[in-house]
Amino acid sequence: MKKLIFGGMMMASLMASTVAYAATDLTMWYHGAGNDVEKKIVMGLIEDFNKSQADFAVKLEQFPQAAYNDSVTAAAVAGKLPDILDVDGPVMPSWAWAGYMAPLTVDPAAYAKFLPGPIGKYNGKVYSVGLWDAAVALVGRKSVLEANGIRIPTVDKPWTGEEFDAALLKIQASGKFEYPFDLGMAWKGEWYPYAFSPFLQSFGGDIVNRDGYKTADGTLNGAEAVKFGKWWQSLFTRKLVPGTSQSPADRDTGLASGKYALSWNGNWAALGMVDKFKDDVVFMPAPDFGKGPKIGAASWQFGVSAASKHQDGANKFIQFALQDKYLTQFSDGIGLIPPTPESAAASNNYKAGGPMEVFFGLSKAQATLRPVYPGYPVAAKVFEKALSDLANGSEVQATLDAAADEITKDIEKNKNYTK
Amino acid sequence: MSTPTTSLKPSAWRYVPLVLVALIFVFPLEFMIMSSLKPSEQLLADSNSFRAFLPVGDISLNNYVAAFARAPVALFLFNSVFITATTVALALFFCSVAAFSFVFLQWRGRDTIMTVLLTTLVIPIEIIAVPLLLLVNQLPWVGLHGFSTGWLNSYQVQIIPFSADALTVYLFVQYFKDLPKELIEAARIEGASWWQIYYKVIMPLAGPVTATAAILKFLAMYNQFLWPLMVTQAEEYRPVMVGLQYFFQLNIAWGEVMAYLTLITVPVLIFYLLLQRAFIASIASTGIKG
Repeated sequence: MKKLIFGGMMMASLMASTVAYAATDLTMWYHGAGNDVEKKIVMGLIEDFNKSQADFAVKLEQFPQAAYNDSVTAAAVAGKLPDILDVDGPVMPSWAWAGYMAPLTVDPAAYAKFLPGPIGKYNGKVYSVGLWDAAVALVGRKSVLEANGIRIPTVDKPWTGEEFDAALLKIQASGKFEYPFDLGMAWKGEWYPYAFSPFLQSFGGDIVNRDGYKTADGTLNGAEAVKFGKWWQSLFTRKLVPGTSQSPADRDTGLASGKYALSWNGNWAALGMVDKFKDDVVFMPAPDFGKGPKIGAASWQFGVSAASKHQDGANKFIQFALQDKYLTQFSDGIGLIPPTPESAAASNNYKAGGPMEVFFGLSKAQATLRPVYPGYPVAAKVFEKALSDLANGSEVQATLDAAADEITKDIEKNKNYTK
Repeated sequence: MSTPTTSLKPSAWRYVPLVLVALIFVFPLEFMIMSSLKPSEQLLADSNSFRAFLPVGDISLNNYVAAFARAPVALFLFNSVFITATTVALALFFCSVAAFSFVFLQWRGRDTIMTVLLTTLVIPIEIIAVPLLLLVNQLPWVGLHGFSTGWLNSYQVQIIPFSADALTVYLFVQYFKDLPKELIEAARIEGASWWQIYYKVIMPLAGPVTATAAILKFLAMYNQFLWPLMVTQAEEYRPVMVGLQYFFQLNIAWGEVMAYLTLITVPVLIFYLLLQRAFIASIASTGIKG
């Protein structure tokens, strides 16, 4: 009898170990290498998922953000994409079009309450969902604005373009600042289209015509875009903002050190300003240049690789990650905007009365996706160069014509980005 | 008493431009090392003044501690030194043997192959990176874990494709051409084999060009970024230049960046200091410049 019991126990433990061994490995690539806080949260999420079920075991490989897209592209060429990958929102259509990503099969109820920015939709299908969003605001000090007799704008009543211009001129006239406003020209790359294309959109233009995404002609070089271009250039000629040669040091410390009165900056830098200026700091919405106040949307999101042989498991993981508690953890850990009202209410910084509560409202009210088409990475670089050239004095209409032409030619060369 | 004074003056003046030129090269290193000891806020505040070059203010090794916490710095350093040293050793051997063959042996098609080889000097890695990636992804390998296909995520994928190159062959060819042919003839008369001539006669005379080739190859390999980025998805095989990207987050900790840069500069300086005499001798004798 003892032998029988012992034999049964051995069999049971063998079966249990076989079940544990049978879990299928899912590889996941993430862009956060070098950020210890982010790594801990992602690892915690993976650990929870792996414990929650026995079918799949997610394994993490981290990449530095600045090199992530190139690594994914190289892996796609070699046919070595992982099961789960994260993708920067505006880049997603390019990867979906190139066949790197598969549409998600996650239950839409899992992201039904999300802000629009973190949902990566292309061609009517959801390819990625983000656990957070990012937003940009005008950052300043109440005391400075009040001392200059400037109204503090709100989400409900933002500055008009004229009010914004007048505010900058008043601050400049006070003579107390090297520049009244800092756009962050020292930050290159994606910052330009993310942070500055909403100004163009508020004027009524855009990087590309979103009606079919077949041309940029008329949107990037039409009357509204030229009006934007002239205003943009005038910021530099009137010495209201530092130019393209701004040092990264000034960008990082200029507002805190009193060099600039206002700054155009993201929520990721907001806590530093709260620490520095306490109650005096104020986060304000983008000005309305005619077509409504607008800011950029969409940050990093999770998606499933088209090469994955276990897309069911990958989708299961993403659905698991969309729980409010993880959204709150990411927000508390790395300061980004929680995408649901519940996760925002539970977060340290975005709850009612929290120091960055305003960003959730800004994201909800003003967020505008960058053009959702596969050619965006090309258009973004063209747009960056055009704005940089305008800042350095190039002729507005000619510069925008050339940029629109380059973007349109790229679309034509790729046959309207249709397969 | 006046004679020594007048003879000293001109030589002292000669050092003034030399010191100024030296300072141009030293100041960036000085800035990097001093900045690595300061908190980011102070580093940025000092960057617009001469304080940037001085060990003043809140000085500590905190940035180094933070750099090691942010990234596996020791692993990245080991990987880079291992990959670079192995590649340099292989390249010196393969390229010197090839050059020996081009200069001293007579074989059909020699000049044509040399010409074809030299044309590869104008092809940058960016042009061949994707085809090379596809190739190494299909190659077989027998390692500790048995037989496998595909070299991605390995040391060999960062070493073998660079273990011979046209520039290093060219350096050796030019140097070997200037060696007296009588040496070879004498060795042949004495009954030496070609291998013995290469190993015992030619290479002992090739110290300066070996040092030059080693330094140039070392720098090229140590500074590699694109290729390792493409072929290393696993952290355990990443070299220092890919590791540098770990420090560029949304809010960049410049003090940590400087600490990391200081650490990864050390192997380069050590290598150069070890070979500098032979390097300078090579430049002086051949006019080859790096």
